Amino acid sequence: MDYATLLQVLDSTMRLATPLLLACLAGLFSERAGVIDIGLEGKMLIAAFFSAAIAAATGSVWLGLLAGLVSSTLLSFVHGLASITFRGNQLISGVAINFLAAGLTVLIAQDWFGQGGRTPSLIGSGRWENITLPLAETLRPVPVLGPLYADLISGHSLLVYVGLVMVPVTWWVLFRTRFGLRLRAVGEAPEAVDTAGVSVTGLRYAAVGICGLLCGLAGSYLATGLQAGFVKDMTAGRGYIALAALIFAKWRPWSALGACLLFGLLQAVALRYQNIDLGGITIPVQVMDALPYILTVVILAGFVGKAIPPRAGGEPYVKER
Amino acid sequence: MDKLPPWADAVLVPLISLLLAAALSALVILGIGENPVEAFRLMVEGALLRSAGWGYTLYYATNFIFTGLAVSVAFHARLFNIGGEGQATLGGLGVAIVCLYLPWPHWTLAMLGASVAAALFGAAWAFIPAYLQAKRGSHIVITTIMFNFIAAALLNYLLVNVMKPAGQQDPATDIFPAATHLPTFQDMFATEANPLFRGAPGNVTFFLAIAACVAIWALIWRTRLGYEIRALGHSESAARYAGISPVKTIVVAMLISGGLAGLMGVNTAMGEAERLVMNATEGAGFIGIAVALMGRNHPVGVFLAAILFGFLYQGGAELALWTNIPRELIVVIQALVILFTGALDNAVRMPLARVFAMRRKPAE
Amino acid sequence: MTDPAPAIELQGISKSFGPVQANKDISLRVMPGTIHGIIGENGAGKSTLMSILYGFYAADKGDIWIKGEKRQIPDSQAAIKAGIGMVFQHFKLVQNFTVLENVILGAEDGGLLRPSLAKARGVLKSLAEEYELSVDPDMQVQHLSVGHQQRVEILKALYRQADILILDEPTGVLTPAEADHLFRILDNLRAEGKTIILITHKLREIMEITDTVSVMRRGEMTATVKTAQTTPEELAELMVGRKVLLRVDKAPAQPKGAALEVRDLRHVDTSGVERLRGVSFDLHAGEVLGIAGVAGNGQSELLEVLGGYADATGSVTLNGSALPLSGAGCDGMARRAAGIGHVPEDRQSEGLIMPYSAWENSVFGYHRDPMWQSGLLMKNAAIREDAAGKMERFDVRPPNPDLAAKNFSGGNQQKIVLAREIERNPDVLLIGQPTRGVDIGAIEFIHQQIVRLRDAGKAILLVSVELDEIFALSDRIGVMFDGRLMGIRDAAAADQRELGLLMAGVGEDEGQDPMAAAEAAERERERREATHG
Repeated sequence: MDYATLLQVLDSTMRLATPLLLACLAGLFSERAGVIDIGLEGKMLIAAFFSAAIAAATGSVWLGLLAGLVSSTLLSFVHGLASITFRGNQLISGVAINFLAAGLTVLIAQDWFGQGGRTPSLIGSGRWENITLPLAETLRPVPVLGPLYADLISGHSLLVYVGLVMVPVTWWVLFRTRFGLRLRAVGEAPEAVDTAGVSVTGLRYAAVGICGLLCGLAGSYLATGLQAGFVKDMTAGRGYIALAALIFAKWRPWSALGACLLFGLLQAVALRYQNIDLGGITIPVQVMDALPYILTVVILAGFVGKAIPPRAGGEPYVKER
Repeated sequence: MDKLPPWADAVLVPLISLLLAAALSALVILGIGENPVEAFRLMVEGALLRSAGWGYTLYYATNFIFTGLAVSVAFHARLFNIGGEGQATLGGLGVAIVCLYLPWPHWTLAMLGASVAAALFGAAWAFIPAYLQAKRGSHIVITTIMFNFIAAALLNYLLVNVMKPAGQQDPATDIFPAATHLPTFQDMFATEANPLFRGAPGNVTFFLAIAACVAIWALIWRTRLGYEIRALGHSESAARYAGISPVKTIVVAMLISGGLAGLMGVNTAMGEAERLVMNATEGAGFIGIAVALMGRNHPVGVFLAAILFGFLYQGGAELALWTNIPRELIVVIQALVILFTGALDNAVRMPLARVFAMRRKPAE
Repeated sequence: MTDPAPAIELQGISKSFGPVQANKDISLRVMPGTIHGIIGENGAGKSTLMSILYGFYAADKGDIWIKGEKRQIPDSQAAIKAGIGMVFQHFKLVQNFTVLENVILGAEDGGLLRPSLAKARGVLKSLAEEYELSVDPDMQVQHLSVGHQQRVEILKALYRQADILILDEPTGVLTPAEADHLFRILDNLRAEGKTIILITHKLREIMEITDTVSVMRRGEMTATVKTAQTTPEELAELMVGRKVLLRVDKAPAQPKGAALEVRDLRHVDTSGVERLRGVSFDLHAGEVLGIAGVAGNGQSELLEVLGGYADATGSVTLNGSALPLSGAGCDGMARRAAGIGHVPEDRQSEGLIMPYSAWENSVFGYHRDPMWQSGLLMKNAAIREDAAGKMERFDVRPPNPDLAAKNFSGGNQQKIVLAREIERNPDVLLIGQPTRGVDIGAIEFIHQQIVRLRDAGKAILLVSVELDEIFALSDRIGVMFDGRLMGIRDAAAADQRELGLLMAGVGEDEGQDPMAAAEAAERERERREATHG
């Protein structure tokens, strides 16, 4: 593999890792607050659709983004209603939300566009443009680092950079602000938060709301950045991979970046090569597909470093006995 | 908190949930500019008023009975097996191997062999998540989700690289030998004069599904294993007091659950496609969740809910054929049913309990 | 000179949980700058009362005055504002947070943590010096000893500038040395003018530290006295109550050989605490051995170990043959097969499957017996018929075997369990809290059944926190304190007040001072913890 190919694979890794990363950070906020969310997939999907649909209709990728954020957050609050207010089963609610999104997107797409559950292809201002960072072309001739800067670091759409920035932001919010302290506390020991006179419900809704916004970003990027329009089921399990990455990262922001880049790399490699020949042993592409899930099971099994989820995850908070 | 009488909990809550789901779906249909009444009429006509419609309805229902039973057996042990999809995929693989590589003299024997293989393969796929849950506390919901994807990748690999006949384009196995052909309803009931169930995929596996309902009913309510599964599901501390091993019971319940999901492969691979294709499960593993919730984890309820969803699937296909409403309407209905019966059930139950409390008070 | 306004005044507080009335019309005055003890047995309603004061539960009725002002305390926020701090029995700490983070949680200054943490660090330092409350501010709480975790709770309250501090059973989880330190802290706090409410069931603590003491019994406040004007004996009586002794007609026991020989039984729970510390006794056929003690001193673990569902070391011999105490062959079903019946302390979470019908429950734990099987299936019809008979013989009302266990009253639930365990004719019957939450009529019936079983030559181990019950039924009485059996007395020779003191960890036993022995063991444990931690 030459250097140019390597850069191409890594470039594609960045793009593929971005929706995973945003969704993974979304899940991180929710689960750190004690609300388990297996509905990341559905929220991404609905955001992908509405971003693409509104962008197609208005020609504005920004209005598309707004639509994506709103739709995803609304779905997130349905989850909040079920898990926080009505103390329902968070897992089942997540499953329902995934189906709701899978069905509604196609239904509405068909009604609006009549193209069998897809939106028209986005062109021009309906899509995120790739941003060329300053001096990218000037520096290109510099050996090794020049192409690295010009091809890998520069030339992504805005949301890729937003995703990367969200990692330190998430870390900062969680570990350096009052809100983050309370958020983490409510996922570990809601009774401590309650006796300290802080509303458990309010915190959890806030977390679920942030989760919705981040999923909205992830979905928007999918339909208006990574691809040019919405197609049926376009998330293709990314919400679950993000969930896997979250467990893999043990609910920590920087590790989430690492996990998402790893899983993004696996996708990039699988996309580029059908089978990989490693000195006589051929690794079929399906191994790349399955690897994120296999790794997550291994982590969950606790054979390689135990992944301990937030202690109060999945449990509705009930004050009276 | 106010309590509901058991009959209301078993009948009224799912019924109201269903009505809520139906009402919301009607709004969705209105929203996309179609007439819900007309849509419903089309669905009934396409799924129930013609024998071929029934042939499809019951074909889908067969799948949903298996996956619904699978989810409900796990629910009885308070385990959420979301891995029906993967287990059914593996079940189909078992069916294909048995049908393709073993010589069968007659379909009855082939069906028996395929059923055993399907159940074993499905159970095997459920074993690792079960073991990890029981022994190491790994969350079974997450592990079974992961195993769904791993199953899909495995099947993809096998179909593309191993089982696909040379020269064939699409990733699927060879057609199964003729001796493994299962009688369809058409084979069984159509006559020259009365061509019933023409072209419909409903087949003898439906009766296997009914048998499975009876067997699971007996297992859960008539055997000591079922007694222990339910006891563990209700109270782990009491189970320990009584000497019921949580580890063993969790693993066994999940093996049965996985086996049931696997059995679906008999219907799809052997009964319908007569070969193994990619994504033969078509989400039936997930519909099992809705069916189990709706059917209150009782085989009779599961059976009825499965028929209902079979009707919705077939009716939905008819809608897609004649109107501008895509099949995904059914996915929305399914999502709403899961939401209202599984997650927002308190939103249904609490007001209902208040109504009952108000009705009771004047009587006192 | 007029008295200052009371720091706290409660008037007519009542609170029910479903049918259980936890507090009945309670009134209380606590003067500022004093330590006010509230004493009573488990379940007397002390914790509920304090939770109401802290806004954790809402009272059904009654008024609260704080420092002369009438206050509504709908939530913890309001309690904190009123200057009330609470140290719960089960700490409300975030285990993977540092001490500092726990202290500032909910009392941060501004949106960023850094200034809050810096401020808290300074405040903690001065509090540590002022009140002997030192604890490493950067340590994660989960790595702290229990005593230090408690200090974090006190620091939390002081950081919020509480001047009224409620401590709920603060020494229940402490070693004597830690408890002594806690009392020094409380002394210092009182010296600074803080008001302290100390909830406990230990007389020694009340006598040692409080100025005033109120006694609660069965949800009611029965007395409030100056500590200096009372004696432990008087308090013990007030606490346990001079109830009409339950009389059970019984002939003198005819004990035979030892049915169950227990030697040096030790059990360590999942959090690594040794709950049984070398328990040894013989249980004879034809006798009732009563185990008295305040809940949480190892009685539950003793029953679980003997019942086969908690691992232990040591030895247990049943009629001469040793029973496995861990691994294969050590489970509830194996114990039942060996002839040990068990009526567990908590029928709702152990003894019964609440949604199961009475007939299903009537074989719970015996459901694998060959007599109930026919081939693959259980003989449900036969079980149901048998259950109907049991229910009739044990006077279960309503005698409807199809009714779910949760729909029976407490007494009738208990009769279902008793019928199941007694009618199998076990050689040894373990009974925990046989009449907890049971109405008077059923109590008498249950007691008769126990005596009848004894007279049939069976060995009975009775665990109860009700001293009356222990006296009414037992032929010999042992008291458990802190995982040890404090010696066994003949019931006829035992004195209720003396046992009450033994239960509270006060008193001497056969020339040996159990407190001293326990304390030595505590120090040993502390030393071990220190070297491990």
